Amino acid sequence: MGFLDIQNVTKSYGNVEVLHRVDISVDEGEFLVLVGPSGCGKSTLLNMIAGLEGISSGDIAIKGRVVNGVHPSKRNIAMVFQSYALYPNMSVGQNMTFGLEMHGVPKPERDKALAEVAKLLQIDHLLDRKPGQLSGGQRQRVAMGRALVRDPDVFLFDEPLSNLDAKLRVDMRTEIKKLHEKLQTTIVYVTHDQIEAMTLSTRIAVMNKGFVQQLGTPKQIYDTPANVFVATFMGSPAMNVVPARVRVVDGVPHAAVTDHDGQEQLLAFSQANLAQWDGREILLGIRPETITDPDGADRKSRNVVALRNMIGVTEPAGSDTFVTMTLGGRDAVARMRADVTVRAGTRFDFAVNMEKAVAFDPKTEERIEP
Amino acid sequence: MSAATQETAVRTGAVTRVFIYGLLIVFALFYLMPLFVMLANSLKPLSEITGGNMMALPQAWTIEPWQKAWSSAQIGVEPTGLRPYFLNSILMVVPAVAISTIFGALNGYVLTKWRFRGDSILFGLLLFSCFIPFQIVLIPMAMILGKLGLAGSVPGLVMVHVVYGIGFTTLYYRNYYAAFPTELVRAAMIDGAGFFRIFWRIMLPVSGPITVVSVIWQFTNIWNDFLFGVSFGGQSQPMTAALNNLVQSSTGVKEYNVHFAGAILAALPTLLVYIVAGRYFVRGLMAGSVKG
Repeated sequence: MGFLDIQNVTKSYGNVEVLHRVDISVDEGEFLVLVGPSGCGKSTLLNMIAGLEGISSGDIAIKGRVVNGVHPSKRNIAMVFQSYALYPNMSVGQNMTFGLEMHGVPKPERDKALAEVAKLLQIDHLLDRKPGQLSGGQRQRVAMGRALVRDPDVFLFDEPLSNLDAKLRVDMRTEIKKLHEKLQTTIVYVTHDQIEAMTLSTRIAVMNKGFVQQLGTPKQIYDTPANVFVATFMGSPAMNVVPARVRVVDGVPHAAVTDHDGQEQLLAFSQANLAQWDGREILLGIRPETITDPDGADRKSRNVVALRNMIGVTEPAGSDTFVTMTLGGRDAVARMRADVTVRAGTRFDFAVNMEKAVAFDPKTEERIEP
Repeated sequence: MSAATQETAVRTGAVTRVFIYGLLIVFALFYLMPLFVMLANSLKPLSEITGGNMMALPQAWTIEPWQKAWSSAQIGVEPTGLRPYFLNSILMVVPAVAISTIFGALNGYVLTKWRFRGDSILFGLLLFSCFIPFQIVLIPMAMILGKLGLAGSVPGLVMVHVVYGIGFTTLYYRNYYAAFPTELVRAAMIDGAGFFRIFWRIMLPVSGPITVVSVIWQFTNIWNDFLFGVSFGGQSQPMTAALNNLVQSSTGVKEYNVHFAGAILAALPTLLVYIVAGRYFVRGLMAGSVKG
């Protein structure tokens, strides 16, 4: 049993079930990120942990105590909201200690806790200001400070960075990560940004349409996605998923994909059990960064395969150059080194690191286990 | 919005400006004419009015009509002036405005932040009361006041106006609070604040503009109400009913200067409320329509 247990939890509005049998167990000090597109149920789940929404069935337990009917203020949680939800009429200091005041903590203790947290977040010079006088980044800090002051069992973050501009978002992301490493608190964090999910979390729950699609470490999610949804949702640019046919040549299973001219090209799999799929259709998943020029290929890989194909579009992005080609009748993206010479409309010898390739069952869209 | 008006302001030429201001001044004078007539005539002896020109300034200035209207004019059968009725009106209007505003704020808070099944139907029903003409409810209201033993008393009038006002105040506060971020209420819930603490510490401190709107609206309507006052006032009739008795009396000489003074006295409190709180009134009505 974990520190925070979500057992068989569902949520329905009338007859519509929006969250289906969620089972997640979070250990103390873990940073769990719930990630998914809009309407996947991630915020609903977070609100259920907070006690802001009722649980239709199942149990949520914090530190072994089932909190299903417990009022939000009695769960010993703190929440950071997307809009920060700072009380506009109170000063920063009052905002941060409001929760302690409501819980009847005496003033000297409140002031001590406030001073500690304000110093930690470097907002001690802002304590007398009103939220309206703060910048976005400062408000964000105050919102986190308000949560920290309470010293709760579980921190809940509801898309806390989505109102910040791009640069500040990256800075605050690093700061949240630092804070977590320093304080080792238990955090549940909701976001739709897969990069936030990858960088911050110790574990990720990828959600879609009210189902947890996959629960695992960032590396597990990235390298061995459970299905096509997880594969394409996590990673930017998205994983290329193209139709292919398995052909066993000399006992080794190959993916036969059509290139720009409709010619079949053979890419040898590292996954031996795919031989069972000989002659059948699969979906081949290749991450853009595993398709490179031959010199840029991963030297540690034992299975780099050559692929000659027509270059459709090139997109130099400074650090990398993205190349689009036609593979299996669909657009596929390759991520090359920035200084590689590629010209649209010419043929090029790509190198594909097939060690990292994954195969999906086209019917269920589930990954074929090795 | 302000940027757009500034642009057009720059582009209009001097001739257009003169035309616009000229027209506005004419309308303003036209609109101020009745006030001028009332003020001028309330400050002259009766003989000057009956002797001829209503539009002229007083030749012999006097405040005697004001004194008479306030303290000694014949109201009905008693020569009390308007003073006791003024007090009646104050005793009625202050609690009625306060109570209906507080209830409106609480209703708006519940209807937006503590939603329940059927809340929009309830709100719709409350809105109905904004559209019911006074005359329709006179008889049922009289029966209820009689049963409660409140007929002909100031508390009775307070109750009538509170019941009538809640529809409007609820509408104001509900629409104001609808734009108030629910996340704040949720944050306060997690912080451990209960129903009334959230209302008192989070919602009310930011409700200034809409409270001004509600107070002005309720004050003006209740102060100016004649029908309920004359029907249910009994021995404690409000200012409006007394003014009617003063002006409409069919015996003796018609003292127009006293009537003018009395009418201004009756209108003064609402005027005062507008002058003090008027600039918030417009702001309050605009609140929520633009990001600010």
